[in-house]
Amino acid sequence: MTAIDDMTEGRDSEPLGEVGAESPAMPEVVFDVEELSVYYGEFQAVQDASLKVHENEITAFIGPSGCGKTTLLRCFNRMNDLIETAKVTGSLRYHGVDLYDSKVDAVEVRRRIGMVFQKPNPFPKSIRANVAYGPRVAGLAKKGPVMDDIVENSLRKAALWDEVKDRLDDNALGLSGGQQQRLCIARAIATDPDVLLMDEPCSALDPIATTRIEELMHGLKDDYSIVIVTHNMQQAARVSDRTAFFSVNVNPDSDNRTGILVEYDSTQQIFSNPSDERTENYVTGRFG
Amino acid sequence: MTLATIGTVARRGATGFERKRTDVAGGLFKALILSALVVSLLVLAVLLIDTVADAWSQLSTRAWDFLNGSLRSRSIDDKLGVKQGLYGSFWIGVFVALTAFPIGVGAAIYLEEYAAKSRLAALIELVIRNLAGVPSVVYGLLGLFLFVERSTVFGFVGLGWLADATGGRSVLSAGLTLAVLVLPIVIITAQEAVRSVPSGLKEGAYGLGATKSEMVWTQILPYAAPGILTGTLLAMSRAIGEAAPLILVGAITGGLTRNPELWDASGLREKFTALPIIIVEWVSERGRDPGFAEAAAAAIVVLLVLVLLLNMTAILLRNRFERKRG
Amino acid sequence: METPDPVPGALSLAALAGSPRRVRRERLISRVMFCAALVSVVVSALIIYALFSEAWIFMRDVDWSSTWGELGWFPRRGIYDMPTLLVASLWTTLIAMIVAAPLGMGAAIYLSEYARPTHRAILKPILEILAGIPSVVLGFFALLWLAPNVVAHIGGEGGRGSMLTAGIGVGILTVPLVASISEDAMAAVPKSLREASAGLGARNAVTTLRVVLPAAVSGLVASLIVAVSRALGETMVVFMAGGAADAVIRTYSPYDGSLTMPSAMASLASGTDQVVGEGLTFQSLFFVGLVLFLLTLGLNLIGDRFVTRVREQY
Ligand SMILES: Nc1ncnc2c1ncn2[C@@H]1O[C@H](COP(=O)(O)OP(=O)(O)OP(=O)(O)O)[C@@H](O)[C@H]1O
Ligand SMILES: [Mg+2]
Repeated sequence: MTAIDDMTEGRDSEPLGEVGAESPAMPEVVFDVEELSVYYGEFQAVQDASLKVHENEITAFIGPSGCGKTTLLRCFNRMNDLIETAKVTGSLRYHGVDLYDSKVDAVEVRRRIGMVFQKPNPFPKSIRANVAYGPRVAGLAKKGPVMDDIVENSLRKAALWDEVKDRLDDNALGLSGGQQQRLCIARAIATDPDVLLMDEPCSALDPIATTRIEELMHGLKDDYSIVIVTHNMQQAARVSDRTAFFSVNVNPDSDNRTGILVEYDSTQQIFSNPSDERTENYVTGRFG
Repeated sequence: MTLATIGTVARRGATGFERKRTDVAGGLFKALILSALVVSLLVLAVLLIDTVADAWSQLSTRAWDFLNGSLRSRSIDDKLGVKQGLYGSFWIGVFVALTAFPIGVGAAIYLEEYAAKSRLAALIELVIRNLAGVPSVVYGLLGLFLFVERSTVFGFVGLGWLADATGGRSVLSAGLTLAVLVLPIVIITAQEAVRSVPSGLKEGAYGLGATKSEMVWTQILPYAAPGILTGTLLAMSRAIGEAAPLILVGAITGGLTRNPELWDASGLREKFTALPIIIVEWVSERGRDPGFAEAAAAAIVVLLVLVLLLNMTAILLRNRFERKRG
Repeated sequence: METPDPVPGALSLAALAGSPRRVRRERLISRVMFCAALVSVVVSALIIYALFSEAWIFMRDVDWSSTWGELGWFPRRGIYDMPTLLVASLWTTLIAMIVAAPLGMGAAIYLSEYARPTHRAILKPILEILAGIPSVVLGFFALLWLAPNVVAHIGGEGGRGSMLTAGIGVGILTVPLVASISEDAMAAVPKSLREASAGLGARNAVTTLRVVLPAAVSGLVASLIVAVSRALGETMVVFMAGGAADAVIRTYSPYDGSLTMPSAMASLASGTDQVVGEGLTFQSLFFVGLVLFLLTLGLNLIGDRFVTRVREQY
């Protein structure tokens, strides 16, 4: 499906390979994942994943469908708590704090680690109310100029301000799909998070809207650490600094499909010189 | 019986008899089931037309007086009317809205959002489903036991204070009894409404750091509001039409001295009646004074207008939102 | 409000612990919701307690020979012949089902298999209106219209109520119930089954009779069971059109008036001299209520079982 040339071309236009060169000192670790396994009831969806997510970088998760990318991503802000059957073992440290410590409050975690979903899911309210939602529940601001500033800044960062500044009180459902997704990004930014988790944020969008979001992510990188799940390998190659490739292990006895982290490295390494054969097969499109 | 006959005919048609006969059998079957529907609708039509026709003599000449009048011993009395029944039915509706609505919605949210899929929730749901099937007259016994008699539970939990608070055989007792009766309806419809909230909205709210109660308040309740309202309206209409529990908790038609204004809350803890009770009473009086049959029909028209208004509002509300949300 | 990070990047556990006030508030709200859900359980417990505690006094003190094989139901004189009520309950329920089963199921089949969506959109709300009609209205209609115009032509008397009149009235009342449960059951039959049958060239009637109805049979049975339970518990139609006052001699003819369990209860409780009479009159109310409660509960549980079976099947 994807030819390697396309990707090289994509990478040529974006000098991503220079991540290491730009900042020779290793950036701060945001998430330190060690031996993390996730279960849905008896079923093990992710097995023993270990990786480090760095500050002010974009980390991409790629891999075939069902390999547990979403599952792992949702551990990062404890969204898995909402699924009764989900169970997490191993360790997941956020700036050194174990996120699954019993003293940690999931709501507090989600206020610091924002999430953008695969399908744009604006609330059926005004554009302004959508952006104001997070700050309001977090008690950052209620109304008035403070909130207006937050709304404007968030929409500007999400590159949506110019398009909606005259209709902030219109219903958000009237926006186009791409605008809705940028609104969701603005909404996540408004809570002033530290990390943005994005689960295939462009999969429901057309190429032009996708390009806009990708550009946006480049800008956001300065302020936030971003983890993005994507099916689109060019996208991973274009936007990310590091890439984690996941795959599924099929247990021949039970026919259980467990997700495993195959390889994690700088994006350049993964796409040009992967050390694992499975990764190479996948990024060159030879994967079944 | 008839179905079986048609069945054999149809089967014969299917197994290779000439085409024409198959069509006859199929057509006959269709005609038969269509007639079932038509008969049902016809009964409804006859019921409505007959009642309105009977009620005509009262409603065409003195509708306003009828609405404002009180219980009388003769059907030709100028002051005959249903105001006292309207008073009772109105306040029953109010009590149902004030108690069954918040408790029912709270229960539905607990079952769907707080304890979803837990064993406790499954047990409570089983209880609610069975409560929904308990005959209304049994709820009347509960009302009698709780709110009218000065009962004691297990020999030491005295319930006399409940009877004191409600005034025994009163609108308050009746309203609370009917609120208990419709509670399962409110819960079940509210649960459906809560369940219909798209998970994207819930996740969006949680993802922005909303707590559970904030999510419920800002996403679930606004989105489920039409459905919840529909259920509550249906429940109120059911409560207003119920008579059996009222008889058990002691609604009367004789010995009512006052005819209070609708919003006059001073009569809530006193002897009371309600529209359905007046209808029953007047039907039984028609032997002595045939004019009461027409008075009863007129009272039925009043009751039907109230009940159908609530029902139709509910159905329209639901259909409108169903269509809007695809 | 929040402790600022001492060193950039390093975070303390306390910073992620969340505000204790908020955590406490959430816990309080969840308790309140739980209490709301518990109301139903408490109500059930109270119903069962009220029925058993009063019925127990009746069962302990009553002369059991007065509850079986007496002349009839004379609760104010200490004669509680249960067969009188049971026979009347059986007759009215049976007649009600003879009316409601074909009408309700026929309407359901038409709506589910034949009606065009536009017609359905009109017909269903009308059936729902029928479902919303209060039972006192049906009681009035049964006594004043059905008795002279229908019952009088099938051997009954037009001028007063009877079990037959009341039974037809109860039947009309349960038509929408039968229709809606049956229709749900047929709607649960997968489209693929219908299409497979139609693909073999079967006509609509054949598909309905040989594919849809057999597949939906548990739901159809459930609709009848639930309707029987509803009919057994129906009070006002029988109270008004059942042709009996508060006491009655046992009769086996549906053309006679009699008292069913719920209508006997209502009769006993109505009138200005509520529930007075011999010592156990009040308790007899709860005894009859208990029998009725157990019967309908049993039927509902069985009906529920059938409905779940439909859901599990597809
Ligand atoms: N709520 C759940 N309950 C049970 N199993 C689940 C649940 N969510 C996901 N799974 C299973 O866990 C495995 C991993 O799912 P996940 O959604 O994480 O995959 P993914 O890599 O994101 O796939 P995709 O690329 O299709 O989004 C799959 O086998 C899926 O069926
Ligand atoms: Mg996914």
